[in-house]
Amino acid sequence: MGAGLCIVFIFSVLFLRLVYLQMIRGEEYRRLSMTNCVRLKSIKSSRGLIYDRNRNLLVDNRPAFDLTIVLEDAKPLATTLERLAELTGDSCEDLAATIEKAGRSAFYKPLVLKRDITRDLLAVVEAHQFDLPGIHIDIEPTRNYIYKKTAAHLIGYLGEINKEELASGKFPNVRSGDSIGRYGVEKSFEADLQGKRGGHQVEVDVNGRVIKILKTVEPVSGKDLILTMDLALQQKAETLLGENDGAVVALDPSNGDVLVMASSPSFDQNDFIGGISNKKWQILRDDPGKPMNNKTIQAEYPPASTYKIITALAGLEEKVIDRNSTFFCPGFYKFGNRRYHCWNKYGHGNLNVVDAIAQSCDVFFYQTGEKVGVDALARYAHGSGLGRLTGIRLAHEHPGLIPTSAWKKKRFKEPWQAGETLSISIGQGFNLVTPLQMAVFISAIGNNGTLYRPRLVKSVQDAKGQVIREIEPEIAGGLPASKANLAIVRQGLLDVVHGNRGTARHIRLPGVQIAGKTGTAQVFSRKAGEKFDNKKLKRTLQDHAWFVCYAPAQDPKIAIAVIIEHGEHGSSAAAPVAKELIHAYLGDPEIPSAVVKDDQESVE
Amino acid sequence: MFDRRLISNFDWGFLLLIFVICILGLTILYSAVTAGYAGNVLPALFKKQVVWMAVGFVIMMGCLVIDFKEFGKLHLLIYATCVGLLVTTWLAGHTGGGSQRWLVLGPVRIQTSELMKISLIISLASVYADSISPEGLGFRHLIKPVILCIIPFSLIVIQPDLGTGLLLLLIAGCLTLFVKVEKKVLFTLVGTGLSLVPLVWFFGLKAYQKDRILTFLNPERDPLGAGYHIIQSKIAIGSGMLTGKGFLHGTQNALNFLPEQHTDFILSVLAEEWGLVGCGVLLTLYFILLFWGLNISYSCRNMFGSLLAMGVSIMIFWQIFINVGMVMGLMPVVGVPLPLVSYGGSSVVTNMVGFGILLNISMRKFNTA
Repeated sequence: MGAGLCIVFIFSVLFLRLVYLQMIRGEEYRRLSMTNCVRLKSIKSSRGLIYDRNRNLLVDNRPAFDLTIVLEDAKPLATTLERLAELTGDSCEDLAATIEKAGRSAFYKPLVLKRDITRDLLAVVEAHQFDLPGIHIDIEPTRNYIYKKTAAHLIGYLGEINKEELASGKFPNVRSGDSIGRYGVEKSFEADLQGKRGGHQVEVDVNGRVIKILKTVEPVSGKDLILTMDLALQQKAETLLGENDGAVVALDPSNGDVLVMASSPSFDQNDFIGGISNKKWQILRDDPGKPMNNKTIQAEYPPASTYKIITALAGLEEKVIDRNSTFFCPGFYKFGNRRYHCWNKYGHGNLNVVDAIAQSCDVFFYQTGEKVGVDALARYAHGSGLGRLTGIRLAHEHPGLIPTSAWKKKRFKEPWQAGETLSISIGQGFNLVTPLQMAVFISAIGNNGTLYRPRLVKSVQDAKGQVIREIEPEIAGGLPASKANLAIVRQGLLDVVHGNRGTARHIRLPGVQIAGKTGTAQVFSRKAGEKFDNKKLKRTLQDHAWFVCYAPAQDPKIAIAVIIEHGEHGSSAAAPVAKELIHAYLGDPEIPSAVVKDDQESVE
Repeated sequence: MFDRRLISNFDWGFLLLIFVICILGLTILYSAVTAGYAGNVLPALFKKQVVWMAVGFVIMMGCLVIDFKEFGKLHLLIYATCVGLLVTTWLAGHTGGGSQRWLVLGPVRIQTSELMKISLIISLASVYADSISPEGLGFRHLIKPVILCIIPFSLIVIQPDLGTGLLLLLIAGCLTLFVKVEKKVLFTLVGTGLSLVPLVWFFGLKAYQKDRILTFLNPERDPLGAGYHIIQSKIAIGSGMLTGKGFLHGTQNALNFLPEQHTDFILSVLAEEWGLVGCGVLLTLYFILLFWGLNISYSCRNMFGSLLAMGVSIMIFWQIFINVGMVMGLMPVVGVPLPLVSYGGSSVVTNMVGFGILLNISMRKFNTA
């Protein structure tokens, strides 16, 4: 009968506990229940700050004042709302509708009536505190983006958490009404930036005013981020882009640090605080320049002549050409019964690979590409990081496209045409790349072969400035090319700027050797022999201008990819942007070197 | 096929008792879910619960058709099905409140760990019925039961639902002790258990897991979460005093201080509105229910039936004790529902199956074949 005795014993304990709670301490609990006086007041934690690589503050938090109501205390509700409506200038119905929307579980919890009220209204409400039972002002830390529109795509913005995300259990410290990162670094580093809310268990009086704090849990602040971005350089890039649609990416070739990530046009992240208005959102959405797209990772462009670097590498590696092999360029290449033109209709004459890169000769690369073949070209492109994600820690990255014969068969149910290989060889046709991919690629050429995964955040630190986590550079792979062949290509790229016939010889800087490649991407295809006066074309039909480069050529500190949409020529529209950035980043050289002399001699 | 004797042996009193508890449960639930509502629309949750109870009664009656001894023969099949359901929940379950406990079947969400309780009891009763001896069970007798427990326990703990997992072990442990084990086995088991605790604590758990367990044992550590619920629950209960504030007049209830007032904390609603008198009535009903269960166990001449009845009674007992203890601040805050009172279909059905088994054993207790 042991089991029976157990039950008798346990039930006696439970019953005695009931007697204790309801009879002995009943009076006390009855009194507490009359005033409903034990409440929770949450203490907001502040979100982590964001700095640039030189510890310039980019994003911080400012206090916003929210007007809240506790229904249980705001009695009689109608009178209170009437008085409040008089002060705020809202209609009573609007306020009541806000309360209605919040639903049932909110009798004793503060409920936000108006977010981010002005200081004037704050003062008025404070002054009438005693006529407004249950009305409180809550201070809410709110995001503040100090440099409006600067690096908006990189930094990102916040948005209110939705019901699905709350139910997913992925955000245990977030409650309804709170904001989480929605875009950019704010989104990808949400786990670091987010703080943990604290709270008070408090005793309140009949009007809901706090009499006593019973227990406290301190909030934990979010962690700060140190970006790899250089604020001054970023601003410079954005100024240089100006009204143009386009993008600039600058990387540190020695570790993949993202020094600049500019996409134009940009948007003001402060508009997203507390929910963007429908009108503003429509304007952003309908803008033909697509300000909400991060063009550095989302826009896919034909690489144009910048792709000749790949064709050159593939030709050298596949041994269809060497340092000394030459092709003759009469201004066109006859393939089948069609003439493929060189951009220089008078022809380049006899040239080798170094000269062909420097002068961007199409005919040389038609023939090189033809010998390499589409699939081998694709292999080298892929190995160089094109046609696949760079792995940058930002959402919405696009992979671009590097076509193969198998791809075309699958996509169009048609076999690959040999003529298409010619277009591919000079970066036209199906090829698509993002500016970031080109920056990663050119920086790998500059650092002699290492592809880095672009790094956005250097380190994560706590509010006291103690580094909690360093984010190490990550090697994503190596270029599929020997050092000897890379050296040949690097010579060609150097001659683009410093050779006598280089396509970007006008961007020379005193004391700094720049190696790069121009590109002019056709937006629509022209029929052979058809002539256009570019100046008369509609702007949206004009060519995109590319420039990719690194400097100083021998030991690169910066690698840049610039694209100006409809900028016409890479050499005239994009290259000067890169030049200005290099100048801003490296500064003026202290000792004039031999290069300067050489430079002066060759000025035309 | 249906023996006339079965009807004459049917335990009408027990059925009436369950019916009375159900009615009381629905009354309290009605108050809990309508609190704070001005409208006179019958809340959806209440309707759902009525449907679940009706379904439960049908299932309970269904449990009577087959002789309970058949359950013993089929126990491995039942067990495998339930484990299968747990695995499915793990792989494809619905996540609620950060853990995967629910299996969605059309419009119905099943908490599979609830069904596992009954299945485990059937399996253990069946295994022990074969191995029971006056000297108690030896080590070799315990191999099977331990395996039977470990599988569902692990599957429930990874959901993660530590509370239900421990409850499962608690039920199994009590049944094993009731069957009696050899002294040396008892000491060894208790000894290993005690020595494992510090090992797991210092080497097996991460800081946040320890934190969770400490809070589980002492809700006061978390004044904004579990600790706050306990305080509100105590205020609600205490403020009911001797006779309560009256049906639908609970102020704490109406203000929704407790997020789980219609499920785990429903006793606080009863205590606030009906006072010590109301709680006393419910506890008395539960007390009678448990003794009825023990009586069925003791008077059954079939060993399997006797153990099965004991297992079901133990299950009901722990649910009541843990829930009532938690609401009054005597036990850790665990998600264990109050039988037939808390809202929840899986819990209602599981308990009804349990009562069906008790009725089944009761009406066939003279039939030893």
